Amino acid sequence: MSALPAGLSPSAAPASGPAAADGRAPAPLVDLTDVAKYFDVSAPWLNRVLERQGRRLLHAVDGVTFQIHAGETLALVGESGCGKSTIARLIVGLYAPTRGMIRFDGQDTSILRAAAGRTLRRRLQMIFQDPYASLNPRWTVGDIVAEPIRAHELIQDKAAVLDRAGELLSHVGLAAADREKYPHQFSGGQRQRISIARALASNPEFLVCDEPTSALDVSVQAQVLNLMKDLQRELKLTYLFISHNLAVVHHIADRVGVMYLGRIVELADKRTIFGAPQHPYTRMLLDAVPDLNMTGKSRTPVAGEVPNPLNPPSGCTFHPRCPHANERCKTEIPLLKQAPAGGEVACHAIEERRI
Amino acid sequence: MAQTTPGGAPLLEVRNLKVEFPTRRGTLVAVDDVSFAIAPGEVLGVVGESGAGKSLTGAAIIGLLEPPGRIAAGQVLLEGARIDNLPPEAMRKIRGRKIGAIFQDPLTSLNPLYSVGRQLIETMQTHLDISAGAAKQRAIELLQSTGIQAAQQRIEHYPHQFSGGMRQRVVIALALAAEPKLIIADEPTTALDVSIQAQIIALLKKLCREHRTAVMLVTHDMGVIAETADRVAVMYAGRIVEIGPVADVIHRPEHPYTVGLMGSIPSLVTETERLAQIDGAMPRLNAIPAGCAFNPRCTRVFERCRSERPNLIPVNTTQAACWLHAR
Repeated sequence: MSALPAGLSPSAAPASGPAAADGRAPAPLVDLTDVAKYFDVSAPWLNRVLERQGRRLLHAVDGVTFQIHAGETLALVGESGCGKSTIARLIVGLYAPTRGMIRFDGQDTSILRAAAGRTLRRRLQMIFQDPYASLNPRWTVGDIVAEPIRAHELIQDKAAVLDRAGELLSHVGLAAADREKYPHQFSGGQRQRISIARALASNPEFLVCDEPTSALDVSVQAQVLNLMKDLQRELKLTYLFISHNLAVVHHIADRVGVMYLGRIVELADKRTIFGAPQHPYTRMLLDAVPDLNMTGKSRTPVAGEVPNPLNPPSGCTFHPRCPHANERCKTEIPLLKQAPAGGEVACHAIEERRI
Repeated sequence: MAQTTPGGAPLLEVRNLKVEFPTRRGTLVAVDDVSFAIAPGEVLGVVGESGAGKSLTGAAIIGLLEPPGRIAAGQVLLEGARIDNLPPEAMRKIRGRKIGAIFQDPLTSLNPLYSVGRQLIETMQTHLDISAGAAKQRAIELLQSTGIQAAQQRIEHYPHQFSGGMRQRVVIALALAAEPKLIIADEPTTALDVSIQAQIIALLKKLCREHRTAVMLVTHDMGVIAETADRVAVMYAGRIVEIGPVADVIHRPEHPYTVGLMGSIPSLVTETERLAQIDGAMPRLNAIPAGCAFNPRCTRVFERCRSERPNLIPVNTTQAACWLHAR
C-alpha cells in the first residue's frame, strides 16, 4: 500500500458511475445533502438536575453528502459505530434526519414517514442483517413475501397475490411451494433469500442492504451475493450496500464511501479505493484485512481504536491514530474535496500534498 | 491413525473423536471420527461453516461439552496422557494450567464482578505456586505484554471499563496467565472490527511464538487462518475433509469442498463477475447422506461417493477425504 496519489496513471481517474459517459450527469436517484442524525443519550431528567449534567448528544451521522445514480451500487464501509447503518435507516425513512436533506428521484423523503409517502415507500426497500430477526416467525413465508403486495394494493385478486409470492420465491432460488412453510424451516441463507423476495415484492427501484451477508457462512454468502448481482442486472436495481467486509464490498460495489465516526472520509470508484487508496484511514483499513495471499507473512497493525463517538477528538476525528497528523488536523475539520488521484477525500494532509 | 506432525512428538493428539447428542428422536453425531495432532508451538487452524463441528471439537478437548453432548468414542491425549476420561476435578486442573481457552465474546469469559487484576491473580494462584505479590507483578507484566497501556492502573478496572478489543486482550492475558502448553481459541476475532482484529491476531502470534504455546484456532474466517496458522483442517458435517500446510490447502486444495470454499471467498485483489458457488447447504445432523457427506453438492461425484465413506488419504502435501484421490 505505498501508492502515492501524485504518481497515479490517468487510467485510475474517476469514472464515477454509469452517468459520467455522456458528459452531463443525469439527476441522481438518491441525493443526500449535509445529512446529520444526532441521538439524545442524556441521562434522565432527574439525574441531570441532581448531578448537574447537561444534555449529551451522540453525533451518529454528522454532515454527509453523496449521490447514488440509477443502476449503480454504492457501498458504505467502516467499523462499528461509524454511522453507516444510521444512514441506511435515514434513507428509508426509519429515522428522521436532524439536519440536511435526503431526496429520492428529486422528491424530499421526509414524506416517507407520512401517509403521503406511500407511493415513494413502494420504490425503496430494505434488506436487514439478521435473517432470524427480520422475518415474523408466526407468518408463513407466503404471507411474509405477499405483505408488501397487499400493503401497496399492487394486486387485488387474492389467488394472484399468492401466485406472485410463489413467483418471487422461485426468482430468488427457492421453490414456489415454500410459501406454505414457516421461517424456522429455512437455513440462514434461505431466510436471507426470503428477505430479498419480500423486498422485491413491491417492484422497487432501490434497495438498501444493511450487512445482508454478515450473518452468513462464506459459501452461503457467495450464493446471496451472486443472486443480488443477477437481480440487479435483470431488474435494473440500484443498491446502497452497507458492509464492514472490504472483500465483499470490492466484489459488489461500483463506488465506495469510507466512513469514520459519522463522516465520509473518502468517496471514490472501486478501483481508486482498492487500487490507490488516499485517505490514511482507508489505507489503514485495507492494510488490516487478513488476506488469503498473506500466508505466513506478518505485518505491523495500526495501533489505536475508534474513539468514543460521544466524545470525539477535535478537528479531524482520525488525527490521534493518523501518522500524518499536524496542528491543523487537531483543530480544523477537513471537508470532502475533489482529490488529485480521483474521487473525493476529506484530509488536510492530502490537500496540502504532504502525503 | 495418528498423523505425523512436523517437529517430533505431538503435544495434543486427538484420535477418532466422536461427539454425539442423544435426543428423543435418536442420536445425532456432531463430530465423527476426527483425528489430528498439534505439535508444540504449532498453530492449527480449524475452518468450516457453522454446524460443521469445529467448536464442538474444541469443547470436547477441554472437557466443556454441554450435556447431553458427550464423547462417544475416541481419545484425547495431552503430552501422551489421556485427558478425555478424567474426573471433572482433575480436568479443571488441566484447564487453565495446561490448556487455555479464548472464546468469541470476551464479555462472557470475564467475570463482571471482579476486577481484571483479581481474575488474573486468582488464575495464577490456582494453578501456580506463586505469592500474591508476585502474582500481581506478573499480572501487570502480562497486561503490558498484551499491549494494554497503564497496566498498573488498569489492573484495578472491571471488564465493563474496557472496550471490546481491550477485553479480548485481557482474555488473552488470562488464557496465558498459567503458561499453558496449548490454547484453544474459538473465533477469537469474530466479534471485533477489522483494525482491532489485525492487532489481536498479531498479538496472539507474537505471544505464542515467545512462549512456544501451541494454538488450535477455530474460525470461519479463512483470511485469519491464512495469516496465523501453520496447518489447517477443513471440517464438513462433523468430519475433517482436508488437512495440510496452510499455503497448500489455500492455493492447491484437493477436496472439492475446499475448492468450492476457497472460490466462494471474495478477494480484495482480483475482480470476478461471479463468485464460485457451492449449491445447496450443509446437511443437518439428522440427515447426513450415506457415503461422502458432501456428495449431493459435489460437482465431481461418482458412484462410490454415494455408498462408501472416504477417509483421509495423503494427496501431495495434504490429506483429503475424497475418492477422487483413491484411484
